[in-house]
Amino acid sequence: MAGDRDSGCTRWRRAVTPTGSKVENGGEHGIGTSPLRKEDWPLVRGEGTFIADFKRPGMVHAFVVRSPFAHARFTTIDRTAALAALGVIDVITAEDLPDRGRPIPTRMFSDEGSNRFLQRPLADSVVRYSGEPVAVVIADTRYLAEDAGELLQIDYEPLDVVLDPDDAVAPDAPLLQPHTGTNVAGQLTYEIGPLDEAFGKADLVIKEEFRIQRHGAVPLETRGLLAEYDAKTESLTVWGAAKIPHVNRGILTRLLGWNDESRVRLVELHVGGGFGARGEFYPEDYLIPFAAMRTGRPVAWVEDREENLRATNQSREQVHRVEIALKKDGTFLALKDSFLNNTGAYVRTHGMTVPGLSASMLPGPYRWPAYRGEFRSVVTNKTPGGTYRSPGRFEINFVRERLIDIAAHRLGIDPVEIRRRNLIERTAFPHDVGTLYDGHPVIYDSGDYELLLDKALAAFDYEGLKRWRDEPATGGIRRGLGIGYFVEKSAPAEREYARVELSDSGDVIVYTGSVSVGQGVETIFAQVCASHLGLPYERITVVHGDTAVIPEGMGAFGSRAAMLGGTAVMRASERMRNRLLEAAAQALEAAPADLVLTPEGVSVIGAPSRAVSLDKLLSAGGGVIKEEDRFVCELLGFPYGIHFAAVEVDPASGAVNIHRYAVAYDIGRCINPVLVKGQIVGGFAQGVGGALLEEFSFDATGQPLSASFMDYLLPTSEEIPDVQVLITEDAPSPLNPLGVKGAGEAGTSAVGAAIANAVSDALGAEVTRLPLNPQRVMELARG
Amino acid sequence: MNRTISVEINGRVFEGEVEPRLLLGDFIRDNASLTGTHFGCEHGVCGACTVQLDGQPVRSCLMFAVQANGRRIATVEGMAPSADTLHPLQQAFHESHALQCGFCTPGILMTMEAFLRDDPDPTPERIRSALAGNLCRCTGYQNIIEAVRLAADRQKDTTAS
Repeated sequence: MAGDRDSGCTRWRRAVTPTGSKVENGGEHGIGTSPLRKEDWPLVRGEGTFIADFKRPGMVHAFVVRSPFAHARFTTIDRTAALAALGVIDVITAEDLPDRGRPIPTRMFSDEGSNRFLQRPLADSVVRYSGEPVAVVIADTRYLAEDAGELLQIDYEPLDVVLDPDDAVAPDAPLLQPHTGTNVAGQLTYEIGPLDEAFGKADLVIKEEFRIQRHGAVPLETRGLLAEYDAKTESLTVWGAAKIPHVNRGILTRLLGWNDESRVRLVELHVGGGFGARGEFYPEDYLIPFAAMRTGRPVAWVEDREENLRATNQSREQVHRVEIALKKDGTFLALKDSFLNNTGAYVRTHGMTVPGLSASMLPGPYRWPAYRGEFRSVVTNKTPGGTYRSPGRFEINFVRERLIDIAAHRLGIDPVEIRRRNLIERTAFPHDVGTLYDGHPVIYDSGDYELLLDKALAAFDYEGLKRWRDEPATGGIRRGLGIGYFVEKSAPAEREYARVELSDSGDVIVYTGSVSVGQGVETIFAQVCASHLGLPYERITVVHGDTAVIPEGMGAFGSRAAMLGGTAVMRASERMRNRLLEAAAQALEAAPADLVLTPEGVSVIGAPSRAVSLDKLLSAGGGVIKEEDRFVCELLGFPYGIHFAAVEVDPASGAVNIHRYAVAYDIGRCINPVLVKGQIVGGFAQGVGGALLEEFSFDATGQPLSASFMDYLLPTSEEIPDVQVLITEDAPSPLNPLGVKGAGEAGTSAVGAAIANAVSDALGAEVTRLPLNPQRVMELARG
Repeated sequence: MNRTISVEINGRVFEGEVEPRLLLGDFIRDNASLTGTHFGCEHGVCGACTVQLDGQPVRSCLMFAVQANGRRIATVEGMAPSADTLHPLQQAFHESHALQCGFCTPGILMTMEAFLRDDPDPTPERIRSALAGNLCRCTGYQNIIEAVRLAADRQKDTTAS
């Protein structure tokens, strides 16, 4: 059932460049094609340089000693024995840090309230989650550093823990920061339209509670850093940066008490997956550079998996209490949601991003005359939280799409039909939802939701799937179908930088402020440049992720790289092309439109002897020509799609077998169909983890029960079926001249929704909690 | 307490004095400087550190270096025949977009290379099953299965002609 590789991704048919340049000679590897990736060669040969592969002369190794308690007080850390141990160079605790460690700031969606719950690099007298850093041991090898870490004497005195978000807001709850008088780190309410009036007119009101379990990004490469301080120039270099090197350079500079960011260089090496968690500023991002300055030695630190599952951002844990009001023909009147978001022991760099996205995007692709969304984000004695692929949306798509199916069941309306009746019409774009995401209005930029539904129903043979569902299955197996319609978002952080340099050899270097997290940014930016500069893909090199080489950048997150970074590359490329052609036009006494640019130079179409070489064209600039661009876009793009799940459920074992899965997605414009499909299929696999398998669980004292891959279950090839993907380009974004929207999160966004709807359909029981592990499925089947 | 060991890796002999507790993977990465073998979990689940020991895939995080004394190891660095060509399986991964971040890829290549020797013409189902001991967080596995099938097809064509 694997779809055709390039299915549905037709080439762009409109004039997309506002300046009017129309490039025909982007070569065979321009926008809309799928050239082989530029990234692959070293990676398949084992010649990549991930952070643990990178070495510096004289480097030593750090081990972070972490709290074994979820909540405890301590007064002393005795490091005598550790300091005397073989190979130990230093042991660092909070008292060694300036100001005993300055709080790590949020970088987005912050408010004054949440700033009371920030994490300091090392715990100072109180630990608030199992895994919180309390000391750093520096030794000649990692083995010796870990040995010495066990010799630290810390007089922990356990405190009461609070783990569940409902318990955290109870009047007698233990408080993580008693001076604040609350565990609520942040709250926000959006209210649009006359809510009471809408509920008053309802034929049917359904009230339901939904829970999404804590799970997270868990990239296969754990985090790691190598820091080196040059005392002569008083400057610091940190390798192992990811996602947002320039942003983190600023944070590190400020935490060090410096003013001049140019004293700090962050360098991205190969990155073994990000998915939201890697690359945020964590305690270690301060501690390892600090240790390098203090010891005068390059200091390396690589997280092990057990640390990764206790220390790196977790996500998704929410409890929603939601009400929907409908007319009996299925028309939606109002939606009201109040939810708790468990952000863990501290507010980390994302601030209120995750619950903010949930509350601002719960309305989805439907018309709601009235909407109220309200959250409280609470602290508990669990690992701190942050974003994970499709943050806030995986959760609310499950909530909303499940609630709609429950309503459809009550009203006796087909689940597809009830959605169709309420989709935002194609004439209503741009559509202002009325909510804000981190100050940005949620205005759906473009869409044709019903068209995508029709295309998907046909492409995935929905009628055939319904017949399959109704055929009798053997062995007590029950079959179910489920769909989830979702709106995604792309491109917060409203600017991106690009510089294109062409040398007289005909080689092009593209510098970008976006970075690589494995998604193929070198490949797609080279394609964009090939199309708009008009030189071959093979001659273009993309450079990213080094703050010493690239003056500014916002990085790669929130499906933003193509939309902002890609557009900056496009505009710089196009300006360079125009400059070259205009210069050549003068030299050749021809119109720019009659000229062709090649790696050798510019010639007149049809008269190759009338030519001017690149040597000559670039001689005034010393053999190089450069163009920079800073693309700014204040608004978000909103791609959209539909997930279809067909499942077989075994009530006896609780197993959910995904018989077929399909994703339809309107991406606005597709730069590389194979890579987009790769993003969707990979994202889907992560969604299956969230729907069926993955859960960070804790015992009653806050001890993590899922600190290895034997307990935290990532999907294997046996759990992930082939996925059929339909990519459409019916609603290009009007917000950028490429017309693109993001690709990164569509595969994950509605997996929980579609699978839960399918399992509900199979069992005739309403799923209200994830994950659908065997135990929960058996409970549902028993009714 | 340290032991002197001698291990042949990709046809070259590496000798070293090691602690008995040193993991084979650390020996490969640090003593032999072959960093293509990656640690993803260090408890034998993810398969990123898979190498071949006397031709059989093993997890280099679940063996001590001393246990490999006198044995023959193959790692991902030994696969490609030259600096400018790839092993057919590596080439198939490249052409099938069977990797994104590439961190798990070396372990998967070592597992699948041995698998194709045992089962040169596998069905997708058998590939799926053989792949189940290697975690990939990026691709969703679909393209990896296609890549292995592509390599098998090409191998068949070569043998036939």
